[in-house]
Amino acid sequence: MPEQSWHEIVRNVLKRHNVSLVTYVPDNVLRPLIDGVHADPFFTAFACTREEEALGINAGAWMGGTRGILLMQTSGFATLPNVLASLSVPFQIPTLMMVSERGTLGEFNIGQSLVARTMRPVLDALAIEHHTMTRLDEAQFIVDRSITQAVATRAPVCFILSPLLTGGKVFAK
Amino acid sequence: MASLLNHPVSRDQAKVMNRFDITKRLVDLLHQDEAVIGGIGYTNFDLWAASSGPNGRRQQNFYMLGSMGLAVPIALGVALAQPVRKVFALEGDGSILMQLGSLSTVAARAQKNLCVVIMDNGAYQITGGQMTMTGQGADVVGIARASGLAQSAWAADEEAFAELIRLALKEDGPWLIGCRIDAGKPVDTTERDPSRIRDNFMRGLGVKG
Repeated sequence: MPEQSWHEIVRNVLKRHNVSLVTYVPDNVLRPLIDGVHADPFFTAFACTREEEALGINAGAWMGGTRGILLMQTSGFATLPNVLASLSVPFQIPTLMMVSERGTLGEFNIGQSLVARTMRPVLDALAIEHHTMTRLDEAQFIVDRSITQAVATRAPVCFILSPLLTGGKVFAK
Repeated sequence: MASLLNHPVSRDQAKVMNRFDITKRLVDLLHQDEAVIGGIGYTNFDLWAASSGPNGRRQQNFYMLGSMGLAVPIALGVALAQPVRKVFALEGDGSILMQLGSLSTVAARAQKNLCVVIMDNGAYQITGGQMTMTGQGADVVGIARASGLAQSAWAADEEAFAELIRLALKEDGPWLIGCRIDAGKPVDTTERDPSRIRDNFMRGLGVKG
């Protein structure tokens, strides 16, 4: 059997944990995962106009009994500190986030490389669990265990998809 | 689609009402199991005040404590998760202006069990009454219609507001009801205990997280 790709692994783990709502602001690296969840009737997947909006939708859905995950890129994460600090964390809502990491390992856009440096300090400042996913053989373990922990401890978690795992976005000359 | 021809489409045609009074009217028209999401500021405080009754406070309310602009997204999420339950979002004009994209998302989802109520006094009341853009020409109902929410109208007066709420309870949405309100002080202040608010709300929805 051929080895599963990162996005197939993620999709399968989400299903196993009954994470059926996928909200996103699109990103090229996330495209195979976005396409995969759109093609699978298990998932309700749609794009939102802002990452904050998507986080609010997922928070409401969770309180209503549906688990969701928010997909975005690094610059999108940078719009979230206020709502993480005033909604997800104090209300104890297990906000699941997956960020495709820009700004490192061959970034060509200076704006992306600067905004990327704010991501981990923000997560650390709010004591939000986060994992940088670099290896295919660890992908399932990280996502599976972290969703279990987020739900059990009612705390957000952020998965950072490194270019080492996804290939990242390459400089188009 | 329900006809809204007898309701005004323009902000100028709507009567300025009292925030607590119409919030109380809304709560009294609910059948008990509808979910209500209160945005921030005085909209939130008056929902808290209007939801207190002889049998305690209604449990199916969620009160934001920050995250300005997210009442509509949170309500959309609840509505997606519980499609049989009617869900109301109460949001101020300053707040909805921060998250106008959420109106197009609600329209794109065609969320049948969702009703957005906008409390519009043209001001950021809680911070000292500075003017918002609705006091300077922006019309939230017009923006909602242009975002794809065809069932959007201004409440001409208290009676028309009640009629629109009854319609939203009975027929498929999504709905958006614009209410012009005064600058009155809220009747009470919401207790700021987020985990308790969340736990109460979830139990009220029959969910235990």
